[in-house]
Amino acid sequence: MSQSYNRGLVEDFGRWREFSAGMWAWIFHKFTGWVLIGYLFTHIAVLSTALQGDAAYTNTIVALESLAVVRLLEVGLLAVAVFHILNGLRLLLVDLGVGLDSQDKSFYASLVLTGAIVVASVPTFISGVF
Amino acid sequence: MAERYSSFNPGGTLWLLQRITAAFLVVVLAFHFFLLHFVHHADEVTFGMSQARMSSIAYFSLMITFLVTATFHGSNGIYNALVNQGLSGTKKTVVKWTLVVASVVLVVNGVLTAIAWSDLINIGVQGIFG
Repeated sequence: MSQSYNRGLVEDFGRWREFSAGMWAWIFHKFTGWVLIGYLFTHIAVLSTALQGDAAYTNTIVALESLAVVRLLEVGLLAVAVFHILNGLRLLLVDLGVGLDSQDKSFYASLVLTGAIVVASVPTFISGVF
Repeated sequence: MAERYSSFNPGGTLWLLQRITAAFLVVVLAFHFFLLHFVHHADEVTFGMSQARMSSIAYFSLMITFLVTATFHGSNGIYNALVNQGLSGTKKTVVKWTLVVASVVLVVNGVLTAIAWSDLINIGVQGIFG
């Protein structure tokens, strides 16, 4: 009665040419998740300079924020966070069974909205460093 | 069409917690970015400004909850991504406990940092580490 179907590991990235929109959404969500947890550890490590006192913390933040590369990385972080948030909302709706028929369109909408928010935010993020 | 593509066991506690923390993080992560990059700018951050925010019980408790939920969501996400990738046996156990220890270290470091800023709790953290 039952048929077995070996589709291998779900994350068989060698099949990337066959991936649908939903698969790309899943991969992007996973990639942005890895970046965000990596950043969380870095973020707390930088903030914990506050344990060394007022000056150590303020000097560390001022020094980092004066670097153009840090500002550009912050733009990248914004892109990663916004996509993870928007696609996360999409996933929550999918889990609730809402909008299943348009899950590919909501992925494209997440990408477009992420791009728009990031581009609009660039002036704020790089102000005063160049 | 009964195939499932989720990384999680259906109906599991970790699955539910991942969704609950996601719903919380969607809102708080967006708030965090908005407050610290658009209302205030990252290059204007000083110890005094962080201290003023962290001395509000509402902000302090929100940030501690943010730290704990983000750490859980990230570590649990990584664990499930690796299990989905085929992690099993002894390696799975090692990864699980490494993530548990790393998460505890991250949360403790973050809480100590928050306490160092805050006027709400004075346990002499700066005296210990400064």
